[in-house]
Amino acid sequence: MSTLKVLLKKEVLQFKRNSFLPRLVVVFPIMIMLIIPWVTTMDVRHVNVSVVDNDHSQLSQRIINKINASEYLTLHSVTGGFDLSFKSLEHGDVDAILEIPQDFEKSFITGSTKKLSISANSVNATKGSLGSQYLAQTLAASIKEMRASLSPAQAGDLVVIQNRYNPTLEYRNFMIPAILVILIIIITGFLPALNLVGEKEAGTIEQINVTPVSRFSFTLAKLIVYWVAGLIVITIALIVAWLVYGQTAVGSLLTIYTGAFLFILVISGFGLIASNLSSTMQQAVFFMFFFVMVFMLMSGLLTPIESMPQWAQYVTYVLPPRYFISIMRSVFMKGATFYDMRFNFLALAILAVVMNLGAALTYRKRS
Amino acid sequence: MDTSTLAIEVNGISKSYGTVKALDKVSLDVRRGEIFGLIGPDGAGKTTLYKILVTLLNADEGSARVDGLDIVKDYRNIRSRVGYMPGKFSLYPDLTIEENMEFFATLFGVTVEQNYDLVAPIYKQIEPFKKRRAGRLSGGMKQKLALSCALIHKPSVLFLDEPTTGVDAVSRSEFWDMLHNLREQELSILVSTPYMDEASRCDRIALCNTGHILDIDSPKHMVEKFDGKLYGIKARDMYGLLKNLREDNSITNCYTAGEFHHLLAGAGFDADKLKQNLVAQGHSDVEIKPIVPDIEDVFIKLLSNE
Repeated sequence: MSTLKVLLKKEVLQFKRNSFLPRLVVVFPIMIMLIIPWVTTMDVRHVNVSVVDNDHSQLSQRIINKINASEYLTLHSVTGGFDLSFKSLEHGDVDAILEIPQDFEKSFITGSTKKLSISANSVNATKGSLGSQYLAQTLAASIKEMRASLSPAQAGDLVVIQNRYNPTLEYRNFMIPAILVILIIIITGFLPALNLVGEKEAGTIEQINVTPVSRFSFTLAKLIVYWVAGLIVITIALIVAWLVYGQTAVGSLLTIYTGAFLFILVISGFGLIASNLSSTMQQAVFFMFFFVMVFMLMSGLLTPIESMPQWAQYVTYVLPPRYFISIMRSVFMKGATFYDMRFNFLALAILAVVMNLGAALTYRKRS
Repeated sequence: MDTSTLAIEVNGISKSYGTVKALDKVSLDVRRGEIFGLIGPDGAGKTTLYKILVTLLNADEGSARVDGLDIVKDYRNIRSRVGYMPGKFSLYPDLTIEENMEFFATLFGVTVEQNYDLVAPIYKQIEPFKKRRAGRLSGGMKQKLALSCALIHKPSVLFLDEPTTGVDAVSRSEFWDMLHNLREQELSILVSTPYMDEASRCDRIALCNTGHILDIDSPKHMVEKFDGKLYGIKARDMYGLLKNLREDNSITNCYTAGEFHHLLAGAGFDADKLKQNLVAQGHSDVEIKPIVPDIEDVFIKLLSNE
């Protein structure tokens, strides 16, 4: 039996006999894929609105009905004075107040300018700004209807908005590719690193180090197991995305797997560096955590890179998830081809070489 | 001495961890086919010396040869010629006895069957349990498995770092019998132990402490060299006795050693006079007798000479 084969056999045996790992690889992606897309959403729903109706006209009633019918807005109350509504806002029962001035309908028909006012609680900036935006859209729709009923000739929109690639503006569609990235980081970055440090802690690495086995085949045997595990995890996650959310990749699966495998190479190389530099599992975990935090928050996983300050955008060029997330989203949602994403693939390939070279350089068989 | 007759040759090896000197210019020779014991308490530098010799650690200065090969230049070849059993059990606990054996055999490019004869006397004792995972074995069985794995590639030099620590007295004695059997197979063995009583089972020993070697000799000769008269003494109040003895100028050294305190006679020592003095000081049941020193006495004497 060749050395690599016997090393592989040992790793597979150990993997299977671990009471935790095989379950982790199967259960973890399913759990994450079932829960996270439902709970991490930037969509703002149930914005409680209090209407101060000083007009009591047909138009104001139309507006109130429209708010009541909206799936994003919830009508909390209709009051006769701003102070009353504002009290509810201060209590936190109401997120936005719409004030309809007296004689609004009359001014609307005569063409003079009475203004509606919206006050929103913006402690949560996203909820505040999106809430008042939804409210404004609802108002605009009511007014358009009103205008159409007055003079049909004027009807028609000046601006038409189309949300390409994600027509329903589902945040979930944006999150699923990102979740795949996180899964890979955990399964193929953390696990092999912890496994290697585990051998250091148990002292088994010493027994291996006095054999003629090369460090290369020893490490490679470990990595192969986790590479396969990583690919299994992605497959499971893609199946869940398809079965549960009806999401399938617009682009080719081969492109996705190629990107995933390159990213796995990068992250497992990174895990190796972490394990080489640490002598206990605790050290390795904290080392990984530090970088994973940066990966998660700075790679465009949750917030767009373009909104970052310029210096931070430069930093993202060395963060491997940046390229993989971009590949995943473009191929998954837009159907980008390998050729379209060639620079991202190239960057991942370069990072894979750099990381694994770094791992080879930081490894020491004797100290 | 001719190099070919030496299994291990250590010349002035030093190693420091920060400001702590683990080994200070250590030199020793292990002849082929001998059991050489490194005897010393914890912190003597035994494990550090092992790690340097099996090429896991680089020495700060000095040189060494194992099986005639330089530990720096020829480290690759050394790895296939030595068997190393670290102080801590370090086989895979989630693999079975059989799987561990096959795993290490294959790493060395041999099969278990090929060298079965060499390991058989030891391996046969644990073979009935070969489907059991190594992590679930008793201390004595773990030790036998570790020794089997260290021997499976038929090494010419065997490094055993505190193999009997944490093993019961019967298994310890059995283990030494096994080592003597192995010596018959022309294996050279470097074994370390903190137990002084195991020294007599070695052909030659080095007594060491805090990175120094105090003396190297055969255990028998080492005891014979002991110059000075040693007495064993006991009384009803052993602690008070020790305090009184330490105040006596005619006694060079006095220390606890089980049932009797051992005392090393100095100039002007007289056993009868001592007994009278002790009785006068209020001690009862005083018994004093000359005794033959053992390795522990030699070690303590060497320590106090430093």
